[in-house]
Amino acid sequence: MLIPHPLLGLRDASEFTYLGDAALLDRPDGMAPDAAARFHDYVHLRDNPAGLHRELWFHEQGDRSWLVVTRNTLTHEILGAELARDVKTGGAA
Amino acid sequence: MSRLTGGLIDRSAALSFTFDGRTYQGHPGDTLASALLANDVRLMGRSFKYHRPRGVFSAGSEEPNALVQLRRGARQEPNTRATVAELFDGLHATSQNRVGTLAFDLMAVNDLVAPVLAAGFYYKTFMWPRAFWEKLYEPVIRRAAGLGRLSQLPDPDAYDTGFLHADLLVIGGGAAGLAAALTAARSGARVILADEDFRLGGRLLAERDPLEMPVPDWIAALEAEFASLPNLRVMRRTTIWGTFDHGVHGAVERVSDHLADPGGRVRQTLWRITAKRTILASGATERHIPFADNDRPGIMLSGALRAYANRWAVTPAAHVAIFTNSEEGHRTARDLAAKGVGIAAVIDARPDVPKTEYRTLHGHVTGSRGRLGLRSVQVTAAGRHEWVDCGALGVAGGWNPNIQIASHHRGRPVWDEAAQTFLAGPGGPVGLTVAGAAAGQGSTAQALASGARAAVAALADLGIAAQLPALPVAEDQAPDATPLWHVPGKGRAWVDFQNDVTVKDIALAHQENMRPVEHLKRWTTLGMATDQGKTANVTAIAVMSELTGQPIAATGTTVFRPPYTPVALSVLGGGDTGPQFRPRRLTPTHSWAEAQGAAFTEVGPWMRAQYFPRPGEATWRDSVDREVLAVRAGVGVCDVTTLGKIDVQGADAGAFLDRVYANAMASLKVGMVRYGLMLREDGFVWDDGTCARLAETQYVVTTTTANAGTIYRHMEFCRQCLWPDLDVQLISTTDAWAQLAVAGPRARDLMSRIVDGVDLSNAGFPFMACASLTVCGGLRARLFRISFSGELAYEIAVPARHGAALMARLVEAGADLGATPYGTEALGVLRIEKGHAAGNELNGQTTAQMLGLGRMVNPKKDSIGAVMSRRAGMVADRRVLVGLVPVDPAHSVVAGSHLFAEGAVQDTDHDQGWITSACHSPHLGSAIGLGFLEDGAARMGEVIIAANPLQGQQTALRVTSPHFIDPDGGRLRD
Repeated sequence: MLIPHPLLGLRDASEFTYLGDAALLDRPDGMAPDAAARFHDYVHLRDNPAGLHRELWFHEQGDRSWLVVTRNTLTHEILGAELARDVKTGGAA
Repeated sequence: MSRLTGGLIDRSAALSFTFDGRTYQGHPGDTLASALLANDVRLMGRSFKYHRPRGVFSAGSEEPNALVQLRRGARQEPNTRATVAELFDGLHATSQNRVGTLAFDLMAVNDLVAPVLAAGFYYKTFMWPRAFWEKLYEPVIRRAAGLGRLSQLPDPDAYDTGFLHADLLVIGGGAAGLAAALTAARSGARVILADEDFRLGGRLLAERDPLEMPVPDWIAALEAEFASLPNLRVMRRTTIWGTFDHGVHGAVERVSDHLADPGGRVRQTLWRITAKRTILASGATERHIPFADNDRPGIMLSGALRAYANRWAVTPAAHVAIFTNSEEGHRTARDLAAKGVGIAAVIDARPDVPKTEYRTLHGHVTGSRGRLGLRSVQVTAAGRHEWVDCGALGVAGGWNPNIQIASHHRGRPVWDEAAQTFLAGPGGPVGLTVAGAAAGQGSTAQALASGARAAVAALADLGIAAQLPALPVAEDQAPDATPLWHVPGKGRAWVDFQNDVTVKDIALAHQENMRPVEHLKRWTTLGMATDQGKTANVTAIAVMSELTGQPIAATGTTVFRPPYTPVALSVLGGGDTGPQFRPRRLTPTHSWAEAQGAAFTEVGPWMRAQYFPRPGEATWRDSVDREVLAVRAGVGVCDVTTLGKIDVQGADAGAFLDRVYANAMASLKVGMVRYGLMLREDGFVWDDGTCARLAETQYVVTTTTANAGTIYRHMEFCRQCLWPDLDVQLISTTDAWAQLAVAGPRARDLMSRIVDGVDLSNAGFPFMACASLTVCGGLRARLFRISFSGELAYEIAVPARHGAALMARLVEAGADLGATPYGTEALGVLRIEKGHAAGNELNGQTTAQMLGLGRMVNPKKDSIGAVMSRRAGMVADRRVLVGLVPVDPAHSVVAGSHLFAEGAVQDTDHDQGWITSACHSPHLGSAIGLGFLEDGAARMGEVIIAANPLQGQQTALRVTSPHFIDPDGGRLRD
């Protein structure tokens, strides 16, 4: 598989380490009153879509960027990749 | 000798080879199969299940029958197809899957009990008694099944791995592939042409005059042009065995399989080819027509007979017959007749048989005779039978496009009613197009044209303009399309030769309701042999369709997975065996430790000094006990570089670490170190280490050796994905700093001798202090007063290149203090004696509370894992870390043992914990252990039982504090 790194261009997937669903970006506030219930969902519940999936990849053998990669789980087509930092802060720097 | 005239073999040279101990001669250009046929050897193997005599069936990589063992000794290679084994001088081949000789195989008794061995017999027969499976059935089946034998010796050959990139990869070097490669290469695009054969040309080499000029002349001209094009790489003897996502292909190049000895070369190379576009020009495989007893040596594909005659100038017999349902069979008859081979008859299944210069009969072949080789075939027409004498029979049932690689992803083959074949369906690999016979473009003219067109289209996609080349005038007889799937009858008619699946087996599967193709496959083992059913699957689907009355399109199809043909595990390993299996990391003091005669041990990818034996020490325990006692009595030095080090800098470094660690770090004073506990987000303990604040905006944190990589990854996740608003930067400095632990009551004396002008008194540099300073007269260093042994101890870090020199200096400068290097064994004993948790205790199943560290999880802040660590089930766990000593000091403590109350039933319900770490304590003079025990803190002094059912041990242990030495911590603080 080849992943289009937003800074480095097409890189082989073997340079990356996979984590999973990009929903992990949305960590609940641990001090909130309903933290226990929200962490239960955050830690344990994942969608497993047949189709488009936004997921986290770490360029471990590269520039150590965390990326949000949009991948079709049926075809393995990759529709794009963004720096996770940009996704989290709401736009490219 | 059955050599004919012509052919593409070099008669000026003779190659000598042996098969089952007899010596034969062949020529360069021969395969083992063609050379054996030239020596009148038709019997080449035994079938998998019934041990039926078998001969060569095809002339290519689809071969189901002629599987042999090549070479001998450590280079012995089982299950090699004789049809693709390139002949070399000295080749040593033996037949396989027999008991006794090939001609008299004792296992042929299986054929007599064939009714018992029908489809699904494994599932039906070996069900009871249950205990018989492991002891009787499986060993017997394992011995009887399988084909060749492995040598059981280490592989003496070298293998390599390589990476290639191209605009266009052309798979197959036949008419379509050559036209595609020529078209693309002339455009200047980067092109790779790969073919499994040792000679380019594919099916062109097997036909008589398919082009206006002689085929060798056309190919020679092409190869000359190819050689002049630096943008084209031609890879012969190279099989593309799989296609993966985004244009990545797996290929094996057989670099020196055609040599008696690879010499200095690798045997095979595993290539990973990344191509923007791919043309699959893999040709087609001929169909056979099952009839009763259709598996005798001498019965083969009609196109194979033609290939042996035209390319290799050989015929399996002087008189041959052909069974056909199309013009194909007549083409073979004419080619063989032109070479002087006698045509006994052509049996044509079509009602209107053509007028021919040889005998042509309308009818079906319905039987055969000849125990070890074909003698005659039975022809039946209009209810009348006739036996026709012949030594070989060519069977022409049409052609199946080789579309395996096109369905390595999701795409399923689709049935084409007009062409009466399966073609590549939609959803195949992105960027891959199919050309030539693989796309149903089966005449030579069609193949050439479709290859060239496919190349122009593929390159146009990439914005590269390519011109259609002038192609030679070529034969243009498209195969006709009225399949005859099998000849009905009472006898056994083989569909899958390699796995011995007959039409009857398919009928039985139908009767037993194993009708979907995937069920059929598993019930009968159809297509599951090493040939993956290349000559069987389509026929089997058609037979099932006949039985169900459904059209083939509704019956189903099989998809294919890599590899296209068998790939040796050794080449997939790419030579990464033994010390090359994975990268090895060496500590900065490695060569120094080697010079001291240290024993080493693997710790993850690291090699670490395990202990330092001295003369007179009989066992490793002697060395380890001495090292431990030296630390407790004087001072010891140990390389602890492998612990992960992460430099954390920025205005928000403290705030960041507060969120990463369960305990507070922002409050840590500059110049001090704090023990840090990290949880996983699910609340379990992940890792521990130290956190040193070197400046207001700089911390250095350590991780365990095993988690150095994962914790760094996790901290980057926290920084980039969770809190990108924090001003903090991370870098791993594990390799940059050599770090040595200096431990023992004389550690301060030793450190004072090398540290430049710093007060190391307890007041000046107390327990848990840290500083950047210099040692040995100006070498920059970091000093930490931390202890893993329970003794007064320091860790000193210097730039990695000075690590070995520092180690030597410490041991030398401390000689009068008893300075002793110690390894990982002593390190482990020291920490168990002190009751420090390590990897054995932090195994992903333990909580901070179990480790006695529950109060470290700060409730006043949010940190990774804090919320989940407060889950009711985790808080309710009553197991805590305790120390354990045997009641009888002569007994040992075994890690992994489970703990039970005395007299309790030893089952899961009564399990009270387990032992995590154990060692011999030279300090106490007995074995000791650490473990988790229910309500352990309240059970000091109680005797419990450690059960180790694996070795039948029941040991009485007394529960103690986990701190076997200095429980008050006076030693490390004073």
